[in-house]
Amino acid sequence: MQWETVIGLEVHVQLATHSKIFSGASTAFGAEPNSQACAVDLGLPGVLPVLNEQAVAMAVQFGLAVHADIPEVSVFDRKNYFYPDLPKGYQTSQMYHPIVGPGEVEIALDDDTTKRIRIHHAHLEEDAGKSLHEDFHGMTGIDLNRAGTPLLEIVSEPDMRSAKEAAAYLKAIHSIVTYLGISDGNMAEGSMRCDVNVSVRPKGQEAFGTRAEIKNVNSFRFVERAIAFEVERQIELIEDGGKVVQETRLFDPERDETRSMRTKEEANDYRYFPCPDLLPVVLDQAYLDHLRSQLPELPAEKRERFQQALGLSAYDASVLSASREMAEYFEAVHRACGDAKQAANWVQGELSGALNRENLSITNSPVTASQLGELVQRVLDDTINGKAAKQVFQALWHGEGASADAIIEAKGLKQVTDTGAIEAMIDQVIADSPAQVAQYRDAEPEKRGKMIGYFVGQVMKASRGTANPQQVNGLLKEKLDALL
Amino acid sequence: MALEDSHVRRAAHLARIAVSDDQASSFVEDLSRILDMVDQLQGVNTDGVAPLAHPLDATQRLRADEVTETNQRDTFQRCAPAVENGLYLVPRVVE
Amino acid sequence: MHDKTLTQLANALGSGELSSRELTEHYLQRIQHSGATLNSFITVTADQALAQADAADQARANGNAGWLAGLPLALKDIFCTQGVKTSCGSRMLDNFTAPYDATVVEKLKAAGTVSLGKTNMDEFAMGSSNENSYYGPVNNPWDLSAVPGGSSGGSAAAVAAGLTPAALGTDTGGSIRQPAAFCGITGLKPTYGRVSRYGMIAYASSLDQAGPMARSAEDCAHLLNVMAGHDVRDSTSVARGVPDYAETLNASLSGLKIGLPQEYFGEGLDPDVEKAVREAVRVYESLGATVRDVSLPHTHYAIPAYYVIAPAEASSNLSRFDGVRFGHRCDNPSDLIDLYKRSRAEGFGDEVQRRILIGTHTLSEGFFDAYYTKAQKVRRLIRQDFLDAFEDVDVLMGPASPTPAFDLGAKKDPVSMYLQDIYTIAVNLAGIPGISVPAGFVGRRPVGLQILGTHFAEAQLLNVAHQFQQTTDWHLQRPDFAEESA
Repeated sequence: MQWETVIGLEVHVQLATHSKIFSGASTAFGAEPNSQACAVDLGLPGVLPVLNEQAVAMAVQFGLAVHADIPEVSVFDRKNYFYPDLPKGYQTSQMYHPIVGPGEVEIALDDDTTKRIRIHHAHLEEDAGKSLHEDFHGMTGIDLNRAGTPLLEIVSEPDMRSAKEAAAYLKAIHSIVTYLGISDGNMAEGSMRCDVNVSVRPKGQEAFGTRAEIKNVNSFRFVERAIAFEVERQIELIEDGGKVVQETRLFDPERDETRSMRTKEEANDYRYFPCPDLLPVVLDQAYLDHLRSQLPELPAEKRERFQQALGLSAYDASVLSASREMAEYFEAVHRACGDAKQAANWVQGELSGALNRENLSITNSPVTASQLGELVQRVLDDTINGKAAKQVFQALWHGEGASADAIIEAKGLKQVTDTGAIEAMIDQVIADSPAQVAQYRDAEPEKRGKMIGYFVGQVMKASRGTANPQQVNGLLKEKLDALL
Repeated sequence: MALEDSHVRRAAHLARIAVSDDQASSFVEDLSRILDMVDQLQGVNTDGVAPLAHPLDATQRLRADEVTETNQRDTFQRCAPAVENGLYLVPRVVE
Repeated sequence: MHDKTLTQLANALGSGELSSRELTEHYLQRIQHSGATLNSFITVTADQALAQADAADQARANGNAGWLAGLPLALKDIFCTQGVKTSCGSRMLDNFTAPYDATVVEKLKAAGTVSLGKTNMDEFAMGSSNENSYYGPVNNPWDLSAVPGGSSGGSAAAVAAGLTPAALGTDTGGSIRQPAAFCGITGLKPTYGRVSRYGMIAYASSLDQAGPMARSAEDCAHLLNVMAGHDVRDSTSVARGVPDYAETLNASLSGLKIGLPQEYFGEGLDPDVEKAVREAVRVYESLGATVRDVSLPHTHYAIPAYYVIAPAEASSNLSRFDGVRFGHRCDNPSDLIDLYKRSRAEGFGDEVQRRILIGTHTLSEGFFDAYYTKAQKVRRLIRQDFLDAFEDVDVLMGPASPTPAFDLGAKKDPVSMYLQDIYTIAVNLAGIPGISVPAGFVGRRPVGLQILGTHFAEAQLLNVAHQFQQTTDWHLQRPDFAEESA
């Protein structure tokens, strides 16, 4: 039987506010345990929440970026359950009236096509603390620094049909939130976490199969692997006559499998009800218009512009717009050199290669965008040839000079275009290579084209790479042919 | 809506309150009487009436995104039953 | 000294006739003498009180003392007080020293008041008789065999007995007005949102409101002047100017339109209480007010709606008491679930457990709409009843409670206890202000007249109550008890 995979994602994005969603405690990562858990975060008797305006603005910016409806009124609800990292015994969230309504995200697929994934809604909520299980005499330690950090939970429709689509969706969300600057998107530190709902159904069947929810998958790669495993597990189960049960599963990256979370806890009943300590959040049109006017150009728009206005290929446009940092770097190189294709080639070629080799991100590149832009410009205006350009790049990379021009000057890499100087070098090479000249003369005319390479190499060597290769080629041909 | 023993036990579990069998039956009795009284609500015609969560029709005020709190861990943990290295301790949680 | 009102004491301090230290020592002594009899205090903060008194005297000597500076007060033990035990009448918080001050406490401190201590109360403010306290019941100073009312029973008894000139209470379903009535003092529940709830341990967040309890409406006005106002730490507090409540106390009542809700004079009302209330209304007529009957048709649904909404909110508000970060923790928990379940079973008393269970049940799947959503709809109808009535009249009047204080131990069944709040509870659902003023006696036990106004009509309520107290002397009556321990 042919099976179809159906995937929906719930992405939790930590918003990059300075203070918590309901208190004035810092959200900085990595502080001493419980040093950033204030009275409100600890749920001390008598404390009350007050909503952070920046968390609201960030949620709305996301909504606007995914063309979502932003309802005028949204309401916070309490989700009630006991857990030691949940200080109040409830999580303040939005169940019935979320801040962001239905929207959509365009994802780029491998075959250079795009697909729209619908967003069901996105809501604001507070993060929980952390349980530390290393040994405290058989006890668990609770750190509530993270408690109250604002989260935007983005819930997709079950619109994805493969692990690759799910990963592409997650990347699209990642690039939107980082473009907007509403999250650092750091998955390793948990700034972005993802629950994956997976089900399978016979191809052509309309009804969805029973889904399993894989909790807390925290990398793009793990999302793909977790889904791949889970799909196979479900198909095998059904084909063997079994049934998928609706349950929560955990992905174990070490063993590359998902497994059922222990269900000693019978079905939960979260008893959602409107939080009486918070009032309805009302957003007017002027506020939305203001935030809309502040939106930066978003990845999809950038991709489109790179293709249409700059003439880049779909592939180049997609790679260069994938992250805000990459796009900003590329655009700075482009501004400096004026040639989009050359800028794209250098960013994706020499620069990306070097970054990959040393495992650096583009924000930590030793070569700045303006340095690279000047270098590309020097190739375009024939100051240096391509070979010298690579030398200059290496020198910039290793900090051997402040600018391309300085390195060109210091290393004497300026291209020699003076015909007289080149002719002198050619004459010398011809004089020093009687045997090769004889071979050239005796060769079949159609083979001479290849044989000229030897002479070009010698002349370039003599010029220490600085002679203009096209000029060398033309003049050599003239002079050798004159000897025939 | 009649209240059953299972309802009370489920509520006690959700609310994390230990109840003995004796207590459970006395809770069933008390809570049943309370719910019988509450059931009068079913006699009110509320067609077209919106629920009222707050007595005033006010809207949420927003706070500037500023860090205003300082570390008061030692003060706050003075009333904690068990702490070590700044962490609150609970019996081991198995994930 | 302790027969004087706050206003009289303020004048005595102002003229230098009395120092705050003398005053404070006097009340501390009275608390000490009456302690075992009334049980109205959970914690007495004598050292702190004397230090505050000295500071107030010093401030006065320096010429920068405000109106309330140096006046002793007592605080219901529901308000967090930095460095002082804050128990909420519960074993759960018997070991809890609050690490911060509630906003109202902060404001009263800033005004230079002296805090004598923390008063007894029904556990987590759940009760109408003060019999639900972990620290034992409070006796009514007018009749030691009677309850003082609840949940602010300790505050009411302490004021009535002259152990403090005034106290703070909180009112979720009548917890200021009913004990004020039972103890023959004046108690005001302000409009929801008028006074900050920050630092006041929450029972039912959409109903709770703090207010003053004192000898007279005038005293309440001076206290409310300090307590009221917007608090950036409480989202539900209202950003709205605070008038000077003392300034309008003497406005004329000529032409005042009084409504008598017919539902507040029906079955279940003690005939002697009714007589006292109707007599009080006649006093108002003599002051130039007109009286008419009005109807609040959903009155009888207020208690059912309240016993869905308040326990639902409470079940969630009280989840933070889990034995992890503060409060009672059971011995030797075998695992996490055991820690939660035993800590909470040991820490909470019966009534608190009942309300948590009711709230948990009514919010749970399959019951939510039938109970919670339905109750919220009825809540809107109840509020509308009041808004409609205030289209026609300025204030509503009626009894604060259907009977005078009942005997300790008289109401064993929870529902019959709940029905005590029939005249007070709808006010909290609607969020409007209400005041109870002494209006007579049934035997030795006081009767309270309840006056209700529309949202933010505190100034008017205090004016209306004050004018009554200018004409009558019910509020000046003192129990024999207070005379004996003098």
